[in-house]
Formats: sequence, C-alpha cells, structure tokens
Amino acid sequence: MNQAAATLTPGFAQPVQDAQRVFRAVLEAMARPLQPQALAVPLTPPAPLTAEAGGVVLTLCDEQTPLWVDPQLHRHHEVTAWLGFHTGAPLVAAAAEALFCLASSPDAVPPFEDLSPGTDQEPHRSTTLIVQAEQTGSRQRLRGTGPGIREALDWDGHGMTEQFRTARAEHAGGFPRGVDVLITGRGTVTGLPRTTVLEPTGPDTAAEGGA
Amino acid sequence: MYVAVKGGEKAIANAHALLAQRGSGQEDSGESAAQERIASRQLRGQMGVLVSRVMNEGSLYDPNLAAKALLQAQGDVLEAVTLLRSYRTTLPRFGATVALDTGALPPERRISATFKDLPGGQQLGATFDYTHRLLAERLQVSEIPKDTEEEDDAAPGTMPRITDLLGHGSLVEPDHPEDWADEDPGDLTREPTTFPMTRPERLQALARGDEGFLLSLGYSTQRGFGNTHPFAGEVRVGEVEVLFEPAEIGYEVPIGRIEITECQMVNQFVGSAEKPPQFTRGYGLSFGRAERKAMSMALVDRALRSEEFGERRISPAQDEEFVISHADNVQAAGFVEHLKLPHYVDFQAELVLLRQLNAEFEGSEDAG
Amino acid sequence: MLAEPRIVYNEGYLDEQTKRVVRRALLKGIAIPGFQVPFASREVPMPRGWGTGGVQVTASVIGPDDLLKVIDQGADDTTNAVSIRQFFERVAGSESTTRTDEATVIQTRHRIPETPLAEGQILVYQVPIPEPLRFLEPRETETRRLHALEEYGLMYVKLFEDISRYGHIAKTYDYPVMVNGRYVMAPSPVPSFDNPKMHMNPALQLFGAGREKRIYAVPPYTSVESLGFEDFPFEPQQFDQPCQICGSSGVYLDEVVTDDAGGAMYVCSDTDHCTRAASAVGFRASRTRGEWDFPATGTGTEGAVQ
Repeated sequence: MNQAAATLTPGFAQPVQDAQRVFRAVLEAMARPLQPQALAVPLTPPAPLTAEAGGVVLTLCDEQTPLWVDPQLHRHHEVTAWLGFHTGAPLVAAAAEALFCLASSPDAVPPFEDLSPGTDQEPHRSTTLIVQAEQTGSRQRLRGTGPGIREALDWDGHGMTEQFRTARAEHAGGFPRGVDVLITGRGTVTGLPRTTVLEPTGPDTAAEGGA
Repeated sequence: MYVAVKGGEKAIANAHALLAQRGSGQEDSGESAAQERIASRQLRGQMGVLVSRVMNEGSLYDPNLAAKALLQAQGDVLEAVTLLRSYRTTLPRFGATVALDTGALPPERRISATFKDLPGGQQLGATFDYTHRLLAERLQVSEIPKDTEEEDDAAPGTMPRITDLLGHGSLVEPDHPEDWADEDPGDLTREPTTFPMTRPERLQALARGDEGFLLSLGYSTQRGFGNTHPFAGEVRVGEVEVLFEPAEIGYEVPIGRIEITECQMVNQFVGSAEKPPQFTRGYGLSFGRAERKAMSMALVDRALRSEEFGERRISPAQDEEFVISHADNVQAAGFVEHLKLPHYVDFQAELVLLRQLNAEFEGSEDAG
Repeated sequence: MLAEPRIVYNEGYLDEQTKRVVRRALLKGIAIPGFQVPFASREVPMPRGWGTGGVQVTASVIGPDDLLKVIDQGADDTTNAVSIRQFFERVAGSESTTRTDEATVIQTRHRIPETPLAEGQILVYQVPIPEPLRFLEPRETETRRLHALEEYGLMYVKLFEDISRYGHIAKTYDYPVMVNGRYVMAPSPVPSFDNPKMHMNPALQLFGAGREKRIYAVPPYTSVESLGFEDFPFEPQQFDQPCQICGSSGVYLDEVVTDDAGGAMYVCSDTDHCTRAASAVGFRASRTRGEWDFPATGTGTEGAVQ
C-alpha cells in the first residue's frame, strides 16, 4: 500500500479550498443545466482520467459512495488505485449498484437501463453519471427546457450519445426517478439533471446523418 | 421619534460577559473566587453519575471532556451535552471497535431480580439503593469492610450473563436469530434517519436519548401503556476492555477500558406454532454508572419490538417514529428554546389577517 | 499521567466528510426540485432549531471568494443573525456584507430580501419543519408515501376548510407551494407576502433543516406556485401604508409599538433595503444611527462588563 501510494500522483493540494471551488462549479452546473461552468482543477490524475473528472470525483465521493468506472478506466490500474487512495470509494462491478458512475468518454457510458434511477419514495438514491467529453464539435441539435433554464437553450449534445439521449427521453415519465449527468470538458463542467427536457430541433448532423 | 434598534453585536458581547460572571461564583465567594473554581478533575471524581449522563447523551466516552463541558455549561446538562456532541461530530473516525464482551467483565456491581442466587452471586457494589435518603450535614467516607475484598477474589468470567443461563434451557430468546450475519450495524450519526429503523439503529438512538424521556416512557409501559411484563434479569456495572482491530495490523489490540452499565430485561414470553414459548428481552447499555438510563432503555427497547412479536401497537412507547423522533434532547431543547428567537415577521402576518377577519366579522354583524 | 489532548476544531468547523454529505444532498435536491433529501445532519455549535441546517448548507457552499449576508426577520442586526455571521467569521474567516446586491451567499430566516436577487446568488433558508404535510399527518413514513404518490388531497382539504370557516385561506406564513408542478414544498416560515418572489427567481434557493435532517432546493428559473383554488386563488398579504422611515411601499413591514395607548408605526422589515432607500431619498432618520438601548443588566447599570 505504501509503495503504491508513493507512486500515485497527489490529490488536491489544498483539499478544503480546491474541493469547495470544484463543488461550486458543479453546483452551478446542476442548477443551470446545459451551461458550461468554468472548472480549473490543479490536479494531475493518471491518464486517461482527466483533471476535471478526477476533481469532481474527489469532491463528491468517499467511503460512503459506491463508484463504478468503465472497463477502459478499469484497465488502467493507476486510475483505480488513484481513485481508491484519494477517495476510499468502494469500486463496484455493476453500474446499478453505484451512486456514481465514471465514464472516460460518451461511448463508454453504460446503457441507461443499467443505471439506478432511485425509487418514487427515494429518488435521490440514484446514479450520478460523470462523463469525460474532451473532443469538440457539435453532434446533435437539441433544445433544452426545464428548471434552471430561463426559457430554452440550444445544446449540441456534446458529451452524450444519441442512444443515451433517446433512452433517457423514454424514461422521462418516471420522474421523480431519474439519472443526473455531469459532463466534464476541457476546463468546464456541464450539468444535465433529470428534469432537463431535450428535444431535437433539426435534422441530425452527426457523422452518418449528412451522407 | 423612533430610532431603529441596532447593536446586536454589543448586546451579545455583554450577554456573554454576564454569563461568564454568573458562572464564576464571584457573587457567592467574593474576591477569592478565582482560586475557588471547581477543577474538572474534582467534578469527575465527585459527580461521576452526572458526568456519566453527559457522556451518554453526548455520545462520547470522555469523562474529562464531559466534566469540562459541565463546568462550562454551569451545570446545565443539556448545554453540556450539546457542547460534547458538537465537538464529537468533528472528530475523525478510525473504525468500529470489536463488540464488547460484557459477559467477561468483572462487575463491580451485579444484581438479578429473577433468581435468589446464581453463578457469580449477587453483588451490590456502589449503589444508592439502600441508602436512607436523609440529607447529611457533612459527607463522610467510611472504610470498606475487609471481607468484601475476599469475595472479590472470584475470578473474572465466573459471572455469566443471566440471559446466557436461561438461554441454556431455551427459555429465553437467544442473543440473535440463527440466520444472523453480524452485519455492520450502521452509524446513526453518519447516516440519514429514515423509518422504520433496524433494532441496532434504534438502540443507538435510545443510548443517546434523554434519560428523563426514556424513564417516563419506560414507566408508562409498566402502567399498561404497552404491557411488557418486565423482570430485571440482570443489571451489571463494571469496567470492560475495548478492543480495536486496525485493518493494517490484522489483530485486535486493547485501546483502553471504559465503565459501563448493562441491563437485560426479561419480558413477556412469546410462542408460535413453530417455536415453544420463550421469554423475550429488552436491552440497555450505557456509559459509566447510569442504571436508571440502562433500565429505561431496556424497557423501551422491548416495547419498540412489538411489531416483531405481533403485538398490538397502541401506546406511545411502542411507536418507533414517536419515540425516536423525540428522544434526542439536543433536538428537543433546541426547538423548544428557539421560540425565544424573534418571530415578529410571522406574528405580523398573523396580526394582519386577524385584524382583517375581525373587521369582516364586525361588518357582517352590522349588516345583520 | 498523560497530558490531556488539546481541543481542536476543523477549519470551517465542518470536516470534509460532512461537507461531502451535504454537497451530495444539495445536488440531488437541485435535480429533484422541492423533494426533501434526507441527510446525516451533524451537530453544529448552536442549538438545534436555531439554524443548524442553514449553517451546514452555507458552510458546505461558501468559499474565500464569497461575500456572506445573514438576515433574521429581514434584518442583519437581529441577535441570531449577528451570532451566525460571527460564527462564520470566526471559523471560516469569511467576508460579510449587509448589502443584498453585493452578497453571493445569503442565509436567511423568515424573509426573502426586497432587493431582487440575480443569477449567481445563492439564498440559503433556515428551515424548522421541512414537511409541508407535517401538521396534517405527523408520520414521516406516511408523508413520504404521500409525496411519492403525489397525493396532496389532505392539503387542499385543509385550505378549503379555512375558506369555509374564515372566508380566507388562514395561512399567513410557511404557505405551501407547488414546485415545478410536482412537489408540494414548505417555503420555510417566510410570510406569504414573500411567496411570489420564489417563482422563476434567477438565484439558486437552498433549504436546510438540521434538526429534521432534510435538505431541499429550488433551482433558478423554476416554477413555484402557491396553492389555491380557481375561485379562491392565493393572495399574498399586502400592506396599505408605506415604510415610515424610508417611504417604500410594496414592502413587508414590522409593526413597532410606540406607546401603551395603541400607538404603532410601520417600518421596513428588510433593514438593508430601508437603509438604502432612506439614503436615496435623503432621509436623515437613518437606521444605522441608533444604538441598542438595552442595559446590560436588569438593574440598568451600564457597562457591567467590557
């Protein structure tokens, strides 16, 4: 353990202040869906984990929060060791048993049905999904409405596969049950709580759609 | 002309200074008060029962801190409990200790109301039970007669718990059901309260519950509000070793000794088609010398198990949500006393409505 | 004999583990507007019922870049507001202000400021009883079920009984609201006068009930409708007269008793609003000039202590 710890990159340099700053960005992100919030995290987690996603996990997870990471992250022993050492969060094999799911890319997100939406009496016992989405470029044309959005916001769906979006929309009637998503980009975090309604506004301009 | 009140900061500072002065004893003893301050060590040594109560309801075994808290609180038990609790909650957790073996503890006091004699015998120990409640002009310490010490020679471990004795004949329900997995009981102070609770969670809540509240509830079960037919199977007081097993070491190490009071109530027997009738049990455990608390806790624990035994739930002491939601005296005291805070915005709102209703009432009288 | 260990508290009082508990609850509260999230509320060094929920929320949110404002009954200088502000100054070293428009975090008991809030501001409410159905159904197990089923008939029956008895809905504070068309929520004991301010507010509204161990939230720009009937719609209380210090109308007023012959005057409950409105119109009766006039002891001796 000591040997492993010695090779790990450090966590937050200033645990109290850094966690507070990250949390405020995440809080704003969840309160103002689809609007990227600036997130500067002085952190060097092992690749392919990004500083932004790593910072969010360090801020929110601990011994009490079962954590699922996608197979790609799981293959990188340094990543799981780093997460385990700095948060103490138990890693679980089934996404449904996790309070937090961490995906290294939108394609690595488990099927919506595999995530826990909570129950009608305890809708808060539901998955929070953290998705790394480094690449830029718009993929979908969407319009978002719901709490936290003044009237409506256009969104390019960056960080979410169309498959996931469709499955999410199909389960929207299950509110208050649902899954909340945090999408981390380069220096940003964007929130997508279960209350945000996404509707396509035009033809899908994704790769295969245009041809 | 009206000038708005301001200066809350100054008022608060004055109030704190006055409070400190009232607690200093200067009014009684004049100039030399500084030398006459009660040391927390004295309080711990001479008011041990009070210190135990603060440790129990403060959920922290630390006689030194409990004594300090009592002094700072000028003897206000609930204030002292609040001080201790709000310190305790900031302390880091290293883990849970190994379950205490109360059967092995050499009791300083052990009595049973169910058998005249039993292995290990009855031992009165330090008790108020048979003192004549006559105010003494001067407190005296009499010598402990010699022969008591010889009885003490009985080796530890020869005082099996009364429930273990009865358990051999299957007359009393066992400590736990056969399919029991010894799961981590959870921690009431670290997890949100939701009902219904598990029995371990309930016992945690009772252990930190207000002694007076539990006493009255326990009493109510004896008077028919939730009949549990209790016998004090055993009450024992003694010091027990606390063991901890750090994950990185892998074996148990003793980390200290604590004084505890344990009460096993033997209650109303219950049987079914599958099982012969057995006595049921209620359990109480408290820090230090706190017999009344442990007994009350055991009575209420048993009453709260009514559903488990298919008994009719008709009395307050059997109502889990009622008992647990109101047993915590830090919560109760805070909310009752918060009525002292300004409420004039809400009161104003009520005034406006009441005046309007009265005006309408008089208007309709005039019309009629 | 060993030396006694020193008594040491964490920076900001709450430990990081506790903050994470509160933070996770806040995020779920925002994702499910109006739903009461249970959380492992900790003791804080003030009595339960005196704002321990609000304090835990504020302590979990606030950082070095924030400006904190604390009000009780709308005023910055009521004793409990002063006490809570001093707590944060002492344990978190936070900067504070009395100006609503400058504050980034505002902790409040019983009022919503008159000055409209803006995006980026956070309003933290201290909540005594988070369950709007509590006085109709005391059991948590039952109310949790009612919320899950969206079964709010009990509440409408109660409001209707008021109308048949008094001709009005006789609820003047903690007037129940429907959040985002789904959850009936207790707005905390703010006067019904303040209820309309919650609707589509640009600020984030967070609610902390420490003793009852619940956290809930209303995100910005979220529908908050006060309950009512088509023929008896919700009517917030109004005052006929303006503030007698600053002249503002359409604000919530305190009634100050001036003599024992029924004399009274009406002044703003929101001291920050009043001060600034008064200086804007050049009133000299500034609220900041007065001094607390209570003698330090019952005997009236001044300055019994420093």
